[in-house]
Amino acid sequence: MSKRIEVKDLNVYYGKFKAVEDVSLTIEPRTVTAFIGPSGCGKSTFLRTLNRMHEVIPGARVEGEVMIDGKNLYDADVDPVMVRRQVGMVFQRPNPFPTMSIADNVLAGVKLNNAKISKSDAEHLVEKSLKGANLWKEVKDRLNLPGSGLSGGQQQRLCIARAIAVSPEVILMDEPCSALDPISTLAIEDLIEELKAKYTIVIVTHNMQQASRVSDKTAFFNIAGTGEPGKLIEFDDTTTIFENPHVQATEDYISGRFG
Amino acid sequence: MTSATTSQPALRAPRRLGDRVFSIAATTSGVIILVVLASVAIFLVSKSVPALVATDKEVTDVGMSFWGNIGPLVFGTIWAAALALLFAVPFAIAIALFISHYAPRRIAQGLGYAIDLLAAIPSVVYGLWGIMVLAPAVQPIYVWLVDNVGWFPLFAGPVSGTGRTVLTVAVVLAVMILPIITALSREIFLQTPRLHEEAALALGATKWEMIKMAVLPFGRPGIISATMLGLGRALGETMAVAMVLSPAVIVSFALLQSQNPTTIAANIALNFPEAHDLGVNVLIATGLVLFIITLIVNSLARFIVNRRKAFSGAN
Ligand SMILES: Nc1ncnc2c1ncn2[C@@H]1O[C@H](COP(=O)(O)OP(=O)(O)OP(=O)(O)O)[C@@H](O)[C@H]1O
Ligand SMILES: [Mg+2]
Repeated sequence: MSKRIEVKDLNVYYGKFKAVEDVSLTIEPRTVTAFIGPSGCGKSTFLRTLNRMHEVIPGARVEGEVMIDGKNLYDADVDPVMVRRQVGMVFQRPNPFPTMSIADNVLAGVKLNNAKISKSDAEHLVEKSLKGANLWKEVKDRLNLPGSGLSGGQQQRLCIARAIAVSPEVILMDEPCSALDPISTLAIEDLIEELKAKYTIVIVTHNMQQASRVSDKTAFFNIAGTGEPGKLIEFDDTTTIFENPHVQATEDYISGRFG
Repeated sequence: MTSATTSQPALRAPRRLGDRVFSIAATTSGVIILVVLASVAIFLVSKSVPALVATDKEVTDVGMSFWGNIGPLVFGTIWAAALALLFAVPFAIAIALFISHYAPRRIAQGLGYAIDLLAAIPSVVYGLWGIMVLAPAVQPIYVWLVDNVGWFPLFAGPVSGTGRTVLTVAVVLAVMILPIITALSREIFLQTPRLHEEAALALGATKWEMIKMAVLPFGRPGIISATMLGLGRALGETMAVAMVLSPAVIVSFALLQSQNPTTIAANIALNFPEAHDLGVNVLIATGLVLFIITLIVNSLARFIVNRRKAFSGAN
């Protein structure tokens, strides 16, 4: 269920402003890849090109190719809606639908596929997804209460349950722990470790320890100055990046000597 | 104040001037609204009582009975307003969605201004438009409806020759309340958190699915409030109804006949000039009923909004 992502010569624009320049990298199936780099270097922007969420912003566009299992996401005959059903996303701030119950939040994506899902299948899927997100024990007695009544960490895990309920190939996470306490953060890191067995995972993080704990590969992005596009500086095994980086800028950044 | 703060300094936080001014201003306005409302209610009730307790003889003397008229009037008021809502709300939501989520920004802005302008047109103008433009224009359609689907009770004949029927009134009312419902809904839709819209899109929702999943549920309390404002205006509308309708005091669901139920407000406007003695009391009593209907409708709306408060997205 997981697939290889190959990015070739990608440029990303907001209107006339080029936010990310000339990124090429390959993400292997069933791995966790971390994106690190200073604020504003285009990590979120780049991440959002991997499921075509970038283009929902007016004026935003992309040049280059993103191949998932050999098929370019940006080919003219590809429907972005179908792309997003394959490539799930978890946002920086937990965003369960406040107007839906916990169970309905989990099922939100499934119901989109127009599939008429039977009641018992739905219950089963809710349980399976919530268990997959390590949230089942905490919410099993209040599945019909609103999702917005949960704590921040629980809400984020609910969002992960919502994302995995549709069985995507890839899960993108944009700083999923930045609003969470250390314990919730650990819960999500453990979860990422488990999800890796089935999904290809890409995670943006500002937390170096987190990157080194959860990821197999790390990509370091950097920016030359304000108004300049962000670039991929180095992409390698996480251990190499953190112990023995080839580029000076990477070493400066991870050792805190940046800027 | 100063002596109080110096004698027990630790117990009270100092009250700042701005806070005090604001709190006094807010309290005063709240009290004024309640007082005005109460005085209107008292006026209505005290003037209504004679009509409510009038003997048969008094009623025949003045030729106007409260109990004989109020049923059909309440029916006409609610019937016309409900029809108007039925036409206006779907249109208003569709236009609001078009402006907030579909139209290119330029067109959206222009359309927004146009809608706001419509809200400022006085109802006499709508009444004139109803008589002079709408009624003649729809009359042939009414004829066709009665001829072809006359078996359906709402479209039963005989058809009105002028087109000035309760259906025409409902359309005029719908056009009148459309702007306010549209304007408010548009504001609500624009406030949908981007985070929730993106959550839906990232799950693979199409634009319309995103609207169903994030925008409409989030806007639901707002849509209900907007609808209630529109309904309030439709219930109380006087001129447009009085001008278009040739009234009768009847209860009838037929939409296309020349005999039509009239509304409380229009009935007051038409009969007030000639009313005297007990007649005035009768009319005021019907006004009291309108007041109560509006109160009930609003409480109902509050109730509906509050029932699902936990799911409102306010938290
Ligand atoms: N919606 C937008 N419209 C225009 N420019 C944007 C938009 N979003 C981001 N940018 C610009 O694109 C560049 C990259 O932003 P991005 O959010 O991808 O950075 P980031 O690496 O994710 O930063 P952070 O670590 O702070 O989240 C920045 O210069 C930013 O100002
Ligand atoms: Mg970011």
